[in-house]
Amino acid sequence: MSASTTEAVAQHSLQHHFATMEQQRQSTTLGMWIFLVTEIMFFGGLFTAYLVYRTAHPDVWEMGSQHMEFWLGTINTVILLTSSFFVALSVHYAQRGMTKITALLLFLTVLCGIGFLGIKAVEYHNHYKEGTVPGPWWHYNQVENPDGTTRPAPHELQLFFYLYFVMTGLHALHVTIGIVLLALIGLWAWQGKYTAEYHNPVHISGLYWHFVDLVWIFLYPLLYLIANKHA
Amino acid sequence: MATTAVANPVERENYLNTNYGIKSWLLTTDHKRIAILYLISITLMFFIGGFFATLIRLELLTPQGDLMTADTYNKVFSMHGIVMVFFFLIPSIPATLGNFLIPMMIGAKDLAFPRINLLSWYIYIVSACLLIYVIVNGGVDTGWTFYTPFSTTYSNTNVFLAGIAIFINGFSSILTGLNFIVTLHRMRAPGMTWSRLPLFCWSHYATSVIQVLGTPVIAITLALVAIERVWHIGIFDPKVGGDPVLFQHMFWFYSHPAVYIMILPSMAVMSEIITCFSRKRIFGYAFVALASIGIAVIGFLVWAHHMFVAGISAYAALVFSLLSYFVAVPSAIKVFNWTATMYKGNISLRTPMLYALGFIGLFTIGGMTGLFLACLGIDPHVTDTYFVVAHFHFIMVGGAVMAYLGGIHFWWPKMTGRMYSEIWGKVAAFLIFAGFNLTFLPQFILGYAGMPRRYHAYVPEYQVLNVLSTAGASILALGYLLPLIYLLSSLRNGAIAGDNPWAAQGLEWKTSSPPPTFNFEETPVVTWEAYDYEQMPKEVPVVS
Repeated sequence: MSASTTEAVAQHSLQHHFATMEQQRQSTTLGMWIFLVTEIMFFGGLFTAYLVYRTAHPDVWEMGSQHMEFWLGTINTVILLTSSFFVALSVHYAQRGMTKITALLLFLTVLCGIGFLGIKAVEYHNHYKEGTVPGPWWHYNQVENPDGTTRPAPHELQLFFYLYFVMTGLHALHVTIGIVLLALIGLWAWQGKYTAEYHNPVHISGLYWHFVDLVWIFLYPLLYLIANKHA
Repeated sequence: MATTAVANPVERENYLNTNYGIKSWLLTTDHKRIAILYLISITLMFFIGGFFATLIRLELLTPQGDLMTADTYNKVFSMHGIVMVFFFLIPSIPATLGNFLIPMMIGAKDLAFPRINLLSWYIYIVSACLLIYVIVNGGVDTGWTFYTPFSTTYSNTNVFLAGIAIFINGFSSILTGLNFIVTLHRMRAPGMTWSRLPLFCWSHYATSVIQVLGTPVIAITLALVAIERVWHIGIFDPKVGGDPVLFQHMFWFYSHPAVYIMILPSMAVMSEIITCFSRKRIFGYAFVALASIGIAVIGFLVWAHHMFVAGISAYAALVFSLLSYFVAVPSAIKVFNWTATMYKGNISLRTPMLYALGFIGLFTIGGMTGLFLACLGIDPHVTDTYFVVAHFHFIMVGGAVMAYLGGIHFWWPKMTGRMYSEIWGKVAAFLIFAGFNLTFLPQFILGYAGMPRRYHAYVPEYQVLNVLSTAGASILALGYLLPLIYLLSSLRNGAIAGDNPWAAQGLEWKTSSPPPTFNFEETPVVTWEAYDYEQMPKEVPVVS
């Protein structure tokens, strides 16, 4: 791409109220960081509730964690970490103006995201079959003792699963939004909308995806790894 | 005056006459037009909230519950609180005056994200429509606080939709705050350093920080309440080991700082009005600026003083009580500095200044009675009495609404290009001040004597003071209706204001009135400190 067309693309992308591309880039980046701060506070309320109730009912929390499917959760963690790697690479190539590779990496990220949601759906379905979805779908009322007899399941187990579904559900919603976002950005990258000088949408969408990934990095140990069954 | 030398200022190209179509308003990204859209919407919500306040005061005229049933009364005070807090006070100054003025004060063409600014107004409108639907569909009776388990389990009203309305409304507040923070960081004109920034901007910066950090927490909390209503199981439900006190913690984690979302922008307006009508530099600029940040930071650490009787531990209560005393310090710094600014100033008692003086007195009383409530010894005696009601109305009506009206009058010539009637302005300011005091001073005594809040009937001994309070409320209502009439009539009949009718300092006064769409002919370069009134005329001019 010649220097003059690059400049034309850059000027076309400068919104009227900014003086320079640099000012626009810094503003949108800061805006995304502040948005991510609000997201931390949003999830923060749920993490607080988790902390309070896990402290109050530690044994129930361990029992709940034993219902998590360790391998599915672990595979999903690997998938998300890999997708973040693809996003980091896509930003790297966007900075060099290699838009086709950028687009391909973003499409790979989207595939990872869809794979993650698919596995999550399998897990949700298993919980449904098991009867551990809170509310009218809850049928998990008896727990098996080591000697084969049964006892009533503690009521607080519903609390654990309620938090599990709200936290992972909210996270899945964010993954879905991220998939749509990155698919669009990937499409525009493929069409050559971005250049080495102007690729900030790739950068800030990447920030968003890393955040979604980071939330899972906290959810995974807190939900899947606190049980003692693999010791 | 030099400004009137231009043939006819109203005919100049400005943000109002650039385009007249309805689409040019509903699809505008001009921060000034969005401010006007907000102004119209929140005024409507203010009068809806005021309607419910009127019903409350009418019911309390007599000791018997004769105007409405207890259930209806519960809905009336709940709707009053929800409308006034979430749909009037929180957006009031930031979304109108802040939206209009911040880009102009820092010499920018617009906010950093004009389309997000418009989006925030649409989000506000969607949530307001949802809330109005809730109102006409029977209302909600939980109080504006939505305490569980009443809200999640026992209430038979529209808790779900009301919660969703506030959840949606929260995003409008978050986006406004985000927009202001980025704008103040990245859009300042050359030479507009942080230490030259008008204190209006500093206070709005602190407000925005609270909006960004606090609002997501109330959003997720009310979302959980809404889900609990639908699923009949949830994290605040004691039946499954949940804790209703956790709801109170999460609710007040936002809703106490929300008080500062309402009062910090008022302080923003105060610093501008006091300096202009005292013809003096602000006393202790850095202290006033940092006091705003101090309030925002400490304000996040005091929430459990709303919960002293909710069964929190004695140690927690002690710490929250102490921190609540601390948060009074930066507020006091501001009051002292405004007073010191007026000392030996050339004071002119124009309408905005009347509101500002009213603010200082009423806010001080509201703040001092807040210290009574922060005191662990006194709080259990007055919790949930009219003492609390009087206290927070002194802050929110005596403080926030007074400053809001003062600011609207101060910048009205800039926003519209016209002067309002000074005489009617003063009459309204006096009526509001007198009516306010007559309404709420008796409530301090009622509360201290033990009259509980949120009941539609009371023992006959309390009647005299309640009659006084209702009488005051009718004066107050008249005071609020007057500006609506004379401000609107000034649009047609008001004198042409000129660019700087108050001879005020600040970049917003250096452009024309009403300002052009991009605010300035060319981006200003700032070489002076804020409030440099040494350079200005010793008297506030009279434009008529």
